[in-house]
Amino acid sequence: MSDKRFEVTILTHFCKGCGLCVEFCPEGKLYIEQKPDMRGIQAAAVRADVDCTGCLQCATICPDAAIEIVRVEAPVST
Amino acid sequence: MRSGNAGNGMGKKTTTKRTESEVKRVLYERPRALLDVHTHYCAGCGHGTMHRLLAEVLEELGVLEQAIGVAPVGCAVLAYDYVDIDWTEAAHGRAPAVATGLKRVHPDKVVFTYQGDGDLASIGMAETIHAANRGENITVIFINNAIYGMTQGQMAPTTLIGQKTKTTPRGRDPETTGYPLKVCELLDQLVAPVLLARTTVVTPKHVRQTKALLKKAFQCQMENVGYSLIEVLSPCPTYWHMTPMEAYHFIEQTVTDSFPLGVIRDVKDRA
Ligand code: SF4
Ligand code: SF4
Ligand code: SF4
Repeated sequence: MSDKRFEVTILTHFCKGCGLCVEFCPEGKLYIEQKPDMRGIQAAAVRADVDCTGCLQCATICPDAAIEIVRVEAPVST
Repeated sequence: MRSGNAGNGMGKKTTTKRTESEVKRVLYERPRALLDVHTHYCAGCGHGTMHRLLAEVLEELGVLEQAIGVAPVGCAVLAYDYVDIDWTEAAHGRAPAVATGLKRVHPDKVVFTYQGDGDLASIGMAETIHAANRGENITVIFINNAIYGMTQGQMAPTTLIGQKTKTTPRGRDPETTGYPLKVCELLDQLVAPVLLARTTVVTPKHVRQTKALLKKAFQCQMENVGYSLIEVLSPCPTYWHMTPMEAYHFIEQTVTDSFPLGVIRDVKDRA
């Protein structure tokens, strides 16, 4: 038996804040930061309270290869 | 690898143990051949997507060591700083001629050009047509964003009718500036090309299709089938004066009317 989840990571230093990943994520997992970072870019960020389904839409559309997605499978101990 | 602690009696019932026994599988990560640098492309620019696909495809085909790119003059002039393969830089528009020489001298290399509409369809049109007409065994990646990005937004041969640019402030008028130049359809008049296709990168589905076509184009070359050109309708949010998302919609809703998507020629399919 196992339990799986998906971890999505924004590589902020490559992100240009174009917002395309936010638009294309069907789950609403991603958002654009209100506050610009040190480069003046409002980067994409990940909502902790929304589950990622691992559909890869965001990583596929990102022009800057700033998104990484990992599937985590944890064997369930009963 | 999975160590599997299921049924070992440890932990409470219904508790998920996420310890060292977790198995992580990377579904997507930056391709190995993309250098760890911040590109100079604007936010949402299609060049970034195409660099990424190029890196992915060359890696998947196992030809990172054999690949030689010929970079253009235009926004992608610094492509060699971003994709970790061998590159050379051609004078404006001359990439297909340079690629011809490289491929003839090094037939074992995978040689491609990466050119925008100004480079390929304006100043370099002669080289484009003659390399295609000779059926050089090269791959041409044509980024069509219907504008001159590097020089800040002048009309390109591929600018749409009515499209406002710095040099067509009232919109492109065919009376004085002609019509959007359809490179794939033009080259389809020639005998030699084996693969001509127009695609885009504005939805994840299109990105996947583009990747498949790019791979096919490189495979044509690796199997010595001949000349291929993949035209990519690519957003230039900055000089279209749009947000990235508006630019992506504009391609889907408007640009594709003038430049229909699809495979224009695929000799392999016909065979
Ligand atoms: S698509 Fe990529 S570059 Fe654009 S906001 Fe999302 S992570 Fe950043
Ligand atoms: S993989 Fe799919 S669900 Fe997860 S963040 Fe990306 S687009 Fe959203
Ligand atoms: S000017 Fe246009 S084509 Fe050039 S980098 Fe910016 S968005 Fe891309």
